[in-house]
Amino acid sequence: MATLQEIMSKPIGLAPGHRMCSGCGISAIVRAILAASDKPIIIANSTGCLEVVTTIYPYSAWKVPWVHVTFENAAAVASGMEAAYKSLRKRGKIDKDVNILAVAGDGGTYDIGFQALSGALERGHNFMYVVYDNEGYMNTGNQRSAATPYGANTTTVPAGSKSFGKPQWRKNIVEIAAAHRIPYAAQATNHNLIDLYKKAKKGFEADGPAFLAVLQPCTTNWKFDPALTMAYSKLAVETNFWPLYEVENGKIHVNYKPKNRKPVEEFLKGQGRFKHLFKAENKHVIEKMQTMIDEEWERLLKFEESGIEL
Amino acid sequence: MSTWKPLSGTQAVAEAMRQINPDVVAAYPITPQTPIVEFFAQYVANGVVDTETIPVESEHSAMSATVGAAAAGARAMCATASQGLALMWEVVAAVPGLRLPIVMPIVNRALSAPINIHCDHSDSMGATTIGWIQIFSENGQEAYENMLLAIRLAEHPDILLPVMVMQDGFITGHSVENVEIFDDAKVRAFVGTRKPDRYLLDVEHPYTIGPLALPDYYFEIKRQQEEAMRHVKKVYMETGKELSKITGKEYPYFESYKLDDADAAIVILSSAAGTAKDTVDKMRADGKKVGLLKPKLFRPFPYKEMRKALKDVPVVGVLDRSMAFGAYAPVYAEIKNALFELDKRPKLQSYVFGLGGKDIFKSDIEKVFNELLSGEVNSEEERYIGLRG
Repeated sequence: MATLQEIMSKPIGLAPGHRMCSGCGISAIVRAILAASDKPIIIANSTGCLEVVTTIYPYSAWKVPWVHVTFENAAAVASGMEAAYKSLRKRGKIDKDVNILAVAGDGGTYDIGFQALSGALERGHNFMYVVYDNEGYMNTGNQRSAATPYGANTTTVPAGSKSFGKPQWRKNIVEIAAAHRIPYAAQATNHNLIDLYKKAKKGFEADGPAFLAVLQPCTTNWKFDPALTMAYSKLAVETNFWPLYEVENGKIHVNYKPKNRKPVEEFLKGQGRFKHLFKAENKHVIEKMQTMIDEEWERLLKFEESGIEL
Repeated sequence: MSTWKPLSGTQAVAEAMRQINPDVVAAYPITPQTPIVEFFAQYVANGVVDTETIPVESEHSAMSATVGAAAAGARAMCATASQGLALMWEVVAAVPGLRLPIVMPIVNRALSAPINIHCDHSDSMGATTIGWIQIFSENGQEAYENMLLAIRLAEHPDILLPVMVMQDGFITGHSVENVEIFDDAKVRAFVGTRKPDRYLLDVEHPYTIGPLALPDYYFEIKRQQEEAMRHVKKVYMETGKELSKITGKEYPYFESYKLDDADAAIVILSSAAGTAKDTVDKMRADGKKVGLLKPKLFRPFPYKEMRKALKDVPVVGVLDRSMAFGAYAPVYAEIKNALFELDKRPKLQSYVFGLGGKDIFKSDIEKVFNELLSGEVNSEEERYIGLRG
């Protein structure tokens, strides 16, 4: 197993000089994933932060083959790339093995790209889909998505005198992906790069589609100090807000169990999007959030313990 | 050796695809395009072709997967109609800017609402402004040959633009006629294989396709797209001449039928042109000098050549199988545009017919010709054929 230093100092396909926000963790995610590929990689990227900041014409930060088409179709574009790979390989037009990666934000995955993702997983293309999940449309200034957590203040479902922000919990995208009976689905963060690297490796090595959801705290629109991105990733895990787990051939394995689960307030405090929850009248929102997190966690542990396949 | 086969228009297109044997086909079934997908799927199932097919979950993904495959280096094809074209429109609009030479047969069908599965040209006429080359076909034979032409046109290094090959839903798509299928080896030599200069699977030479372009470059990229479009007419002619060596036919921008000495002419697309040519013959036999122009290459539109072909006709009626609500019907608008440069212009009349599959008969077309010959025309007015009173 490579060390963190070895992983992160591998020459990879994303050049410095891209235009990500100060404190953005997307590049760390991409670096760890690219480092985990021991074959040449070709990438389909949906519209979103990563696409916008890496390719302003005539510049490109990509040193690997990369395509962007539209917002909701990274999985479908990757399906076509995989079919082309199979076809050209079969017909002797190319002779190299490659890994095929689709990468999208949560808007392009949970929401507008959901159908294309489901279709590609169902058809069983041999590719890995990675969502960098910043819990909303962060590239365009904090609009709500199906990944936005309960209670968050967004510009499209703002907190106000009659609203505490988003009244729904987020979709469980990893379980939904796993329900396609794909060989590998996992949840990771960018503060634990070894875990992310291992998961990406498993994803690339899986015989069929792999799905990886990686939390990406957004300094710009979650509104926290840009120095604290990794700290918030860690708090998301330590509070069980974002458990690290994987679903391998249907079996759930929880990769990290906090010894003393921190209260969710630890994760919420300091984030502008949750600031309103600390008013007295919104105490019930935090309480409900804590209950939901604890119940989800218990459920996850039960699944793991039971050995029942998802 | 060519062989004559009784084929529907959709089957004729599937035959072209069999001969082309593309690297990848991604498509979603939609009436009346479905037989193309079905016939081709059976060729794959029987090992007649070794194409990788992607039975996608929607047309949006059909075009997205086709784009992914083409960007990766494959000769990739799709096929659709009507609602399908509407659903994939976002990606369809992106293809010319990505400069991917995708060929897509369209089996023309009315657009909802009301929902209607029958023929008109509303679907492809909604996609005339986004940079696809468009070729209309009168029958299965033309659709078959246009597919072969389209592949070469799309992939020509001076062009690298996508092509739609149209045929009329049901009227052509589901009607069986004798179609001459040319020798596999000759056709395959003609279509060759795609040789992209840059593609994703060329991993030694990574490149970025589909970047964000801001106001400093977007316009320039679009201007290059127009430049490519301007090369189409020349390459269309050259490629047509090459195809003629196999088929013995000609590939003009449009077909002129008994137009030279005509006192009145109509301009009409696709299958209805066949009916109209019969009418021309009948009226000629009756001593009336009428003629017809059938556009084939619709994008780019051959304005200059059309102008030359129609300049001496005293009165021209344009029959559109779609409307442009609040504006002149699409073919009429182009003809009117084409004739503007003339000092002495033919009189013009716009007609709309056949929406949602309403039949048009020879008697209807004869009535049109008689109206044109009578001089009772008004270039500002849209008239309707076969509409309930």
